[in-house]
Amino acid sequence: MTTRTAHLSRLGELLGRAYNSDLFWSFRHTPSAVVAAAVACVFLLLALLAPWVAPQNPFNLSALSLMDSELPPVWVSGGDSRFFLGTDVQGRDIFSTILYGLRISMVVGFASVLLAMTLGVSLGLAAGYAGGWVEALIMRIADVQLSFPAILVALLVNGVARAALPREVFNDVAMLILILSIGVSSWVQYARTVRSLVVVEKEKEYVQAVNILGRHPLFIAGRHILPNTTGPITVIATINLALAILTEATLSYLGVGMPPVTPSLGTLVRLGNEFMLSGKWWIVIFPSAALVGVVLAVNLLGDWLRDALNPKLR
Amino acid sequence: MSGYRATPLLEVRNVRVEYPTRTGPLTPVKDVSFSLDAGEVLGIVGESGAGKSMMGSAIIGLLEPPGRVAAGEILLEGERIDNLSRAALTRIRGRKIGLVPQDPLTSLNPLFTVGQQLVQTIRAHHEMSDKQARARALELLTEVGIPAPDRRIDQYPHQFSGGMRQRVVIALALCAGPRLVIADEPTTALDVSIQAQIIDVLKRTCRDHGAAIILITHDMGVIAETADRVGVMYAGRLVEIGPLRSVVSEPAHPYTSGLMSSIPVVGRELERLSQIAGAMPRLTATPQGCAFHPRCPKAFDRCKLEMPELVPAHSSQAACWLY
Amino acid sequence: MTDTLAQVADPPPRVEIRDLRKYFDVSPSWITRLLKRQDRSVVKAIDGVSLRIPRGTTFSLVGESGCGKSTIARVVVGLYGPTAGSVEYDGTPTERAGKRPAKRRHMQMIFQDPYASLNPRWRVRDIVAEPIVAYRLMDDRRAIERRVGELLEMVNLTPRDGEKFPHEFSGGQRQRISIARALASKPEFLVCDEPTSALDVSVQAQILNLMKDLQREFGLTYLFISHDLAVVYHISDYVGIMYLGRLVESGPAKEIFASPRHPYTQLLLQAIPHLEPQDHQRMPLRGEIPSPIAPPPGCHFHPRCPLANDRCRAEAPRVLQTPDHRELRCHAAEEGRLTNLSASAS
Repeated sequence: MTTRTAHLSRLGELLGRAYNSDLFWSFRHTPSAVVAAAVACVFLLLALLAPWVAPQNPFNLSALSLMDSELPPVWVSGGDSRFFLGTDVQGRDIFSTILYGLRISMVVGFASVLLAMTLGVSLGLAAGYAGGWVEALIMRIADVQLSFPAILVALLVNGVARAALPREVFNDVAMLILILSIGVSSWVQYARTVRSLVVVEKEKEYVQAVNILGRHPLFIAGRHILPNTTGPITVIATINLALAILTEATLSYLGVGMPPVTPSLGTLVRLGNEFMLSGKWWIVIFPSAALVGVVLAVNLLGDWLRDALNPKLR
Repeated sequence: MSGYRATPLLEVRNVRVEYPTRTGPLTPVKDVSFSLDAGEVLGIVGESGAGKSMMGSAIIGLLEPPGRVAAGEILLEGERIDNLSRAALTRIRGRKIGLVPQDPLTSLNPLFTVGQQLVQTIRAHHEMSDKQARARALELLTEVGIPAPDRRIDQYPHQFSGGMRQRVVIALALCAGPRLVIADEPTTALDVSIQAQIIDVLKRTCRDHGAAIILITHDMGVIAETADRVGVMYAGRLVEIGPLRSVVSEPAHPYTSGLMSSIPVVGRELERLSQIAGAMPRLTATPQGCAFHPRCPKAFDRCKLEMPELVPAHSSQAACWLY
Repeated sequence: MTDTLAQVADPPPRVEIRDLRKYFDVSPSWITRLLKRQDRSVVKAIDGVSLRIPRGTTFSLVGESGCGKSTIARVVVGLYGPTAGSVEYDGTPTERAGKRPAKRRHMQMIFQDPYASLNPRWRVRDIVAEPIVAYRLMDDRRAIERRVGELLEMVNLTPRDGEKFPHEFSGGQRQRISIARALASKPEFLVCDEPTSALDVSVQAQILNLMKDLQREFGLTYLFISHDLAVVYHISDYVGIMYLGRLVESGPAKEIFASPRHPYTQLLLQAIPHLEPQDHQRMPLRGEIPSPIAPPPGCHFHPRCPLANDRCRAEAPRVLQTPDHRELRCHAAEEGRLTNLSASAS
């Protein structure tokens, strides 16, 4: 058997096992999870394919025309068929802007979760396995950070970056700064969970068996103990994703996130807010609806996953 | 067996316990029937997965849902108890049937003193004032051999050692005056020297209170010291049941004899322990016919096809086509 | 050095333990101690144990909870370092696992819990191959695969079982996988910590038979830890009875079982439930096992001992060698007060 067919049959075997597993059965029988997954997939696809799906590129300032500003959605009188959901104050098509904004929200969401997970899991692993002063140090830092609301920490990191960088540079790297600040504000959960898991696993006999062999502690922590912690980490990550997207939206709404030239969903909500009372409701409602939809879908998926992986509820 | 027998205290008829799962029902207890006379000690022995604990839970009505008694009847003093409402079962539990569970750590409520738990249980089943109930509790603690009971009655479970806790649990099981006590692996979590003490306490107190005992355990030695009759369970069925000495010394069923000869005994010099090949079948993969046939040295064709019933064999009863 | 168990006096015993001590500091934090005026509390898990294990034999350590037998197992195999005393392998002192691991490959361990002793995320073939990989005994992947297949067959499993994960096996089969793993580095000495305690009786018989066969085939030496006296009777050449960190009696197994001397040994043997009806009354073993944090002074067993006198309450007994290759720690023995402790003579 060539390696290619071996790999393929391997994949087939894994998929077959996944299909028949308890987890997938639970998925199929939880209606909220199926719907949430479908919705989340739709959003994800739209976000990924935004440059091809969107009728207009809202970040291309030269394509915009102030003549087209503040047009209502196509089904309201005065609407223009070019702009399905209407336009905002700068003449940007709302639909396209939502798609691009969704893109930003998802990228920031996933990336910050990845950062938090990497940081948190490594620190948790180190704390749990090494014990002693290493554990004490890491856990105390975690405790201190926990006493601040996550938003505050994100604001702090953001503010420092803003003060340190000149305006144009900041606008360019706004996304990176956001990812950094949200990631740094949420590593603690991972660290604490992983640490308590590691402390339990460390005492188990399979770890003692490896200790006898004299393997390097990094090997034991990474290859033996870490794989046994993936279950709870996955659940935290999924729930955190929703939170990360929401945090990014909050920061943008507050004006310290994505700038208006490259808006995310939160920025759009802020920009549109001023127009609520003047009757141009479409500028704020549609971005808000998209935001709520994404966050709800991811949250429901996270809830299902947590219940499905909880051995006590089985 | 003598001619006339009074109504047995407990009768179990063709009981089946089922757990519905997504791939079909699991049946940890397939078809068990036996009876128990007043004051008798019946040992139910079997290895893990044989279904003996499930049997005990079914009798006392403590099967965890979605598990349920899917077929058969359980009669206590002639009346059915397997189809009672939860409220009725709660009245019976404690009053007529007592339970001595395995782990004394988790079977006592850590938030209440030992005295409070005893008094609560006594007053739940009898009309008594607090003072009377407390006096009764003190009597019971003395009976099970707790030293300085008037001091210890107000202590919390964590202040007792494992063996002492198990004595308290026995007192708790007996405090409402049950006719039947079900002891589910009562000595498994204890050290050897304490095991002997607890077995003595259990036997003595139940005899003094006139309670019959169903002793469920995997430890044949404990049964040999305590029981009048023994039932051997395998893969959800009783494969042999009979008087203690018969089953232990002249086992009729091949599984029982395999089991007896694989137990190491101090004083019995052996180069190799006799072993039974393979392992007990999983609930999801029970063989057709007699569940033991793949491992049985005496299996023949009929064993693979048909399930044997309990028939008289030597001085006990065995479910085997050899008889 | 006395040679109590020296039937093989010339080659050194496979393992020798000299006056081993292991203390654990379980004191509460210093603030608590300051505020409550408490002293440090120390658990003397091993309190001066010496023994020898001749090559190719099985030495069992028996005792109840808190006696320290599991701790000895872990010190011998290098998971803990001793507080005092030494462990010698083939005449040379051992070091903690992790230092110069290649020298330790002659010593392996089998654990009690078949469910916790195999990494649930690793395939069986990787688990069994790990000692070979860790000690760099073989390079060629295919050679390692073949060796894993051989090892699995040695324990009556099949090479195809290597592809599976531990949860697909029963308790007895998992214990076999543990044994296969322990044999992978061709050890000479195996420490077995209650390997059959979590198994059913019929499975236990299979595992014990397997261990005996392997011992014969490879000339292995076993240190067997157990609380089950019947299993120990069946499998041991030598036995040591432990109580609260001290070895109260040790010597050839059959003789100790036939005529136990130390009061604890006698009472313990009587406390075992017997399958056959006994023709003598047993003398009850009263009392509870004291907590290892605050053991009784003098001889730890005195509160429960029918032969205790004032000296027993004050002074810890020293080790006595008896003419028939036994060691005993008992004042009554020293003073000639030892009797047969069944209530009526059999």
